[in-house]
Amino acid sequence: MPRTEFTEERCKGCGLCVSVCPQKIIALQKDKLNSKGFHPAGIVDMDRCTGCTLCATICPDVVITVYR
Amino acid sequence: MSSRVLMKGNEVIAEAAVRAGCRHYFGYPITPQTEVMHYMAKRMPEVGGTMLQAESEVAAINMVYGAAAAGARVMTTSSSPGISLKQEGFSYIAGAELPAVVVNVVRSGPGLGGILPAQGDYFQATKGGGHGDYRNIVLAPASIQELYELTVEAFNLADRYRMLALVLGDGALGQMMEPVAFRETEPVEQVEKPWALTGRKGRTEHNMITSIYIEADVMEVFNAKLQAKYADVTRRETRVETVDCDGAEVILTAFGLTSRICRNVMHQAAKEGIKVGMVRPITLWPFPSQTYADIAAQPSVKAFLDIELNCGQMVEDVRLAVNGVKPVHFHGRTGGNLPTQQEILELVRQLAGRSAT
Amino acid sequence: MKPVFTRTTGLTDKPFHYCPGCTHGIIHRLIAEVMVEMNILDTTVGVSPVGCTYNNYEYFACDMIQAAHGRAPAVGTAIKRVHPDNMVFTYQGDGDLAAIGAAEIVHAAARGEKISTFFVNNAIYGMTSGQMAPTTLVGQVTTTSPFGRRPEFEGFPINVSEMIATLRGAVYVERVAVNDFAHINKAKKAIRKAFRVQQEGLGFSMVEILSTCPTNWGKDPVSSLRWMEDAMFKQYPLGVYRGQELEV
Repeated sequence: MPRTEFTEERCKGCGLCVSVCPQKIIALQKDKLNSKGFHPAGIVDMDRCTGCTLCATICPDVVITVYR
Repeated sequence: MSSRVLMKGNEVIAEAAVRAGCRHYFGYPITPQTEVMHYMAKRMPEVGGTMLQAESEVAAINMVYGAAAAGARVMTTSSSPGISLKQEGFSYIAGAELPAVVVNVVRSGPGLGGILPAQGDYFQATKGGGHGDYRNIVLAPASIQELYELTVEAFNLADRYRMLALVLGDGALGQMMEPVAFRETEPVEQVEKPWALTGRKGRTEHNMITSIYIEADVMEVFNAKLQAKYADVTRRETRVETVDCDGAEVILTAFGLTSRICRNVMHQAAKEGIKVGMVRPITLWPFPSQTYADIAAQPSVKAFLDIELNCGQMVEDVRLAVNGVKPVHFHGRTGGNLPTQQEILELVRQLAGRSAT
Repeated sequence: MKPVFTRTTGLTDKPFHYCPGCTHGIIHRLIAEVMVEMNILDTTVGVSPVGCTYNNYEYFACDMIQAAHGRAPAVGTAIKRVHPDNMVFTYQGDGDLAAIGAAEIVHAAARGEKISTFFVNNAIYGMTSGQMAPTTLVGQVTTTSPFGRRPEFEGFPINVSEMIATLRGAVYVERVAVNDFAHINKAKKAIRKAFRVQQEGLGFSMVEILSTCPTNWGKDPVSSLRWMEDAMFKQYPLGVYRGQELEV
């Protein structure tokens, strides 16, 4: 089953990944802050991830790793 | 076995560079030095080198920056207004600690000025027209033979210290022809350049050439490093010629072209029983301050007379070096006019207390 | 399961300092990935500009040099002349390339210098906080066009790809964008083609890449991509302006 990992320390909470995910399963984690003061993005429902890599491709900070 | 030929200064600059191992030249036309580029256009292909006429002097100095970063011996030449354009590039070259050679065949200014010889770029060369705390080594030849020697030496100095070496010529040196004896081979120092951009080729770290240091402490440490280098150059590479200064009454001082006129004035003065010596800086930076201080301390010396083709530039450094111990006088001509032996001799007579007027 | 998207070794580990959502990061990654995939990381030398990406010599894992504002094509020219077997690229913004560097890019292209320029066009000056650029659109508000760019006073934007494509030495010129998955993949292909053109010694290559500047456009990152699509695409049509036929 496909999986994505987010290197949360690199995330700037820009929201581009949130906007492109076709499954709409990415969100900024409002309950977390990384050391730069951003809410890092993360997957809310990994079971529905298809490993399409749209999020990783649009991420300007190379935060996301995708496994399939 | 060396060869002795009658050659034009501008062409000697080019030939000297090639013999010193320079294989990349970037230029732009400007009178009175364009012949350097013409010569290079034919000579560089003979040795498998590059001669590229850039779109401007600005582009040319940035090409020099790139070639130097890539580890090559590289030169550009220009004249006063073109050298003004290059000043930012000089600062970058200093800030990135790159070796490079630039020749300024000085013409009269300011502005577009004239095309006749002048020495009005002394300030620009030694005090910097570029920004920041940096120095260039500045060499001032006074003959075609010396133009050859110092252009070759410029490449060795540049590589040895990873900085820019500027040969400050003038329009007369560039255009005139004198015999020059070339050595069969040049003593080209081979310097390792592990910092050069060659592509990583298996190195664990990638090389970066930059002059940016955003953090204050890092920048300050870097500046201290540059200053230490410049102190080293000052200790080891200051060059000056002194002629007949022992027991002299009047000390003429000049660099480059005007020193030749001064030499003749010395002979004339000797015939009149006036002992005249001369101090001729060969490195304008580092400036031979100690030499002036030592000579000023001699009891026989009544005064210094500084002769330049400008409105008074090197004389400021002479005054600093003499430090008020003896009077320092200045006589200059501009526009391409040269002082005559007669007008200098009359001033010498006055300073020696021998003048009828 | 295996990794299908990982961080390329063409980038160093240093985190990018760019604003959240700024698409410079995507473009850096594409160039880095292409260098690794083409096995040219060890022989490439890149030239950083002055602008937001002034220090991208710290991000690319190949040998890099930082150049004075606008002069990267001249610096790259010399490096390529010294090391003709190395790949050389410049990375430049719209102020660097189209304002102060206008002469250098034209002449490097005209001479057919065998280097590749990646021209990132976001229609504004980023680093110095939002001034008008040569590529700012008519009507676009910037700190130096506070009433919106007025042709009568501030003239018209420059279409750099079209202009450079008129030069015979510029054998491959394409304009791409990084606004979505499909366009990002096309942009990567263009970057690869530029390096291939250089490898084959065919001449000068340039890829103009439309990019965003959320901070100075005053928009959030997602809206910025939409503005690129709605406004920039009209002024700067995507496509190949020279070298469509090149099979490399």
